[in-house]
Amino acid sequence: MTASARQVELMSAPRLRVLRFGGVAFVINLRTLSLILVTFVLLVAAACLAMMLGSFRLTVGEVVGSVLGTGNGEADFVIWRLRFPRTLTVAMLGGALAMSGAIFQGAVRNPLVSPDIIGINAGATLAAVFWILTDMPQGAIPLLAFVGAMSVASLVYLLSWKGHISGGRLILIGIGINALLGAGVTFLFVRYPVQQTRSALAWTVGTANNSDWADVRLLAYSLAILIPLAVALMWSLRVMQLGDTTARSVGLPIERTRLLLIAVGSTLSAFAIAVAGPIGFVALTAPHIARMIAGPMTSGVFIFTLLVGALFLMLSDIVAQHALPVSLPVGVVTAAIGAPYFLFLLYRVNARV
Amino acid sequence: MTTIKSAGRRSASVRLGRRPALVVIVVLLLFVALLSLRIGSADVSNGDALDALFSFDDSSYDQVVVRSLRVPRTLIGLGVGAALAVAGAAMQAVTRNPLAGPSIFGINGGAAFLLTLAVFVGNLTHPMQFIWFAFIGGFGAAALVYAVASAGAGGPSPVKLALAGVIVSSLLGSWMTAMLLLDEQAFEVVRFWLAGSLAGRDVEVFWWVMPFMIVGVVGIALMSNQLNILALGEDTARALGMRIRLVRFTITFLVVLMTGAAVAAAGPIGFVGLAVPHIVRVVTGPDYRWIVLYCVLVGPLLLLTADVAGRVVARPSELQVGIVTALTGAPFLIFLARQRRIAEL
Repeated sequence: MTASARQVELMSAPRLRVLRFGGVAFVINLRTLSLILVTFVLLVAAACLAMMLGSFRLTVGEVVGSVLGTGNGEADFVIWRLRFPRTLTVAMLGGALAMSGAIFQGAVRNPLVSPDIIGINAGATLAAVFWILTDMPQGAIPLLAFVGAMSVASLVYLLSWKGHISGGRLILIGIGINALLGAGVTFLFVRYPVQQTRSALAWTVGTANNSDWADVRLLAYSLAILIPLAVALMWSLRVMQLGDTTARSVGLPIERTRLLLIAVGSTLSAFAIAVAGPIGFVALTAPHIARMIAGPMTSGVFIFTLLVGALFLMLSDIVAQHALPVSLPVGVVTAAIGAPYFLFLLYRVNARV
Repeated sequence: MTTIKSAGRRSASVRLGRRPALVVIVVLLLFVALLSLRIGSADVSNGDALDALFSFDDSSYDQVVVRSLRVPRTLIGLGVGAALAVAGAAMQAVTRNPLAGPSIFGINGGAAFLLTLAVFVGNLTHPMQFIWFAFIGGFGAAALVYAVASAGAGGPSPVKLALAGVIVSSLLGSWMTAMLLLDEQAFEVVRFWLAGSLAGRDVEVFWWVMPFMIVGVVGIALMSNQLNILALGEDTARALGMRIRLVRFTITFLVVLMTGAAVAAAGPIGFVGLAVPHIVRVVTGPDYRWIVLYCVLVGPLLLLTADVAGRVVARPSELQVGIVTALTGAPFLIFLARQRRIAEL
């Protein structure tokens, strides 16, 4: 088959288009592309809504004007000092968590895996809770949480290594570590008086309440490196879905790829935990939601997953802040918002999970 | 093919050890049960512990302690340990996922949620009041999970069941955390229950949960052949003429019954149901008839050992058994996962 004939065949396949830049060609799935665009528009709309609401209400015009730099002084203060950094933080947190979940589920080939299940969140939580309960300076908590998360990820990886990594072994060891650290947290909670444990309990549910421009910068820099890396790994991730033997036989350096995937996935969730504390549910479910809507994981679907995670966390944060008279931490709400939708998807879509 | 061969060889080599190992485990279990009667904030002699069982003298302070505190505690530990371990083995067979434990249907989450709600709204404080709410909450959550997973064409596939369970658990968990954040009093009451403990239960608690546990354990034991077939995979099971939906539903129902009773009696003890089947497989190989039998004995052994250890390490107070099982069981699970190829499910 000649190149042009092949191209014609691809073109005539439903919803696929080929994009050429000189010697490089991309196959674009139009359906995925339109899903990405729609989700992006929804995300921007949700972000606008998030910046309008609050004790000082703003109109759409004021929000847009202020973000674009043509707003009035009062709106500028509220937007640039308070709401814009928070909104950006939430969007990036959601994206980071969703990507982390998608990468872990692919690298270990188990749909129930997420960073929280194999102990990464618990590592950060134990470190932070211990720190809070022993009255250490609060400023160190983000760094501590990051270190806690990354050391648990490395520990799980190293303990699972026996010449190679098996997904089942990694999960079991991850669960073991998770239970161990969880017991440590419970132990601390039972040991200390209730007044102290309350502020520690508050940390264990992630929140975006204190986010500022420093958080935005930290997340933006890390995502600027990690997103391209993750997208570049998507092809390998797809090959790995065929099973280790097949992947190896088509020439994929499987252990190196898996190490890279796990490193990227852990780093993504560790940054999110450092900024906001452990926010549950997003990493586990956003990839499922994305796959149920858009099909098996490709680079395009991966970007869609990222946006689904961002939109999901954005909506959760709006509800957490404004639905009740008291403002709740967003980590409490993610499950409350996402679960019904996820259960509905599960009910409607049958075998695609 | 090589894996099948080597698995066959391995199970042939361990078959010799299965019966002797059973005897050792029974002896250990009796020993630990005796320790559980003796050890506590006030230690009791062997003689008093046995007299309290067989020739009770209510003028002896030690014997009264054994009768009223340690006997219920030990009985509940035996029942809860067996129920959780057997339920865990059954769930791993049904879902064919090593991540599955009895809590996968959101039973722990449901129990904890309804209990917290009851404490939040109704200011309960006594453990006897807790068991009703825990049991109903656990059962309700499991029913919801099963309903969602089995709705739509295709029925309840293992992945759908597991996903629905995780989702419902985290949903209820988040609502529970919200209540605990809003109400310090409720947190004070519930946090000890949430750690999982056998302490301070009346013997009535045992009588109340025992029937559920017996039905569950015996039922699963009778169905262990079906577990073996399910573990081969859905296609094979269907090819062998199994009515998969019915079998799955029955097993699930029994698991929910046992786990609900266990949570009601002792709080959410998460690790036993997950780890014991994996530990047991090292000796039994993949045959569920043996796995279930071993689970009935090793589950209580692990749980009672943990409970006794919890009373010793933190004298004069004690460490909740849920904490100890995780702290001791987890390293063991990690060790096993590294030592052997954990039986692929």
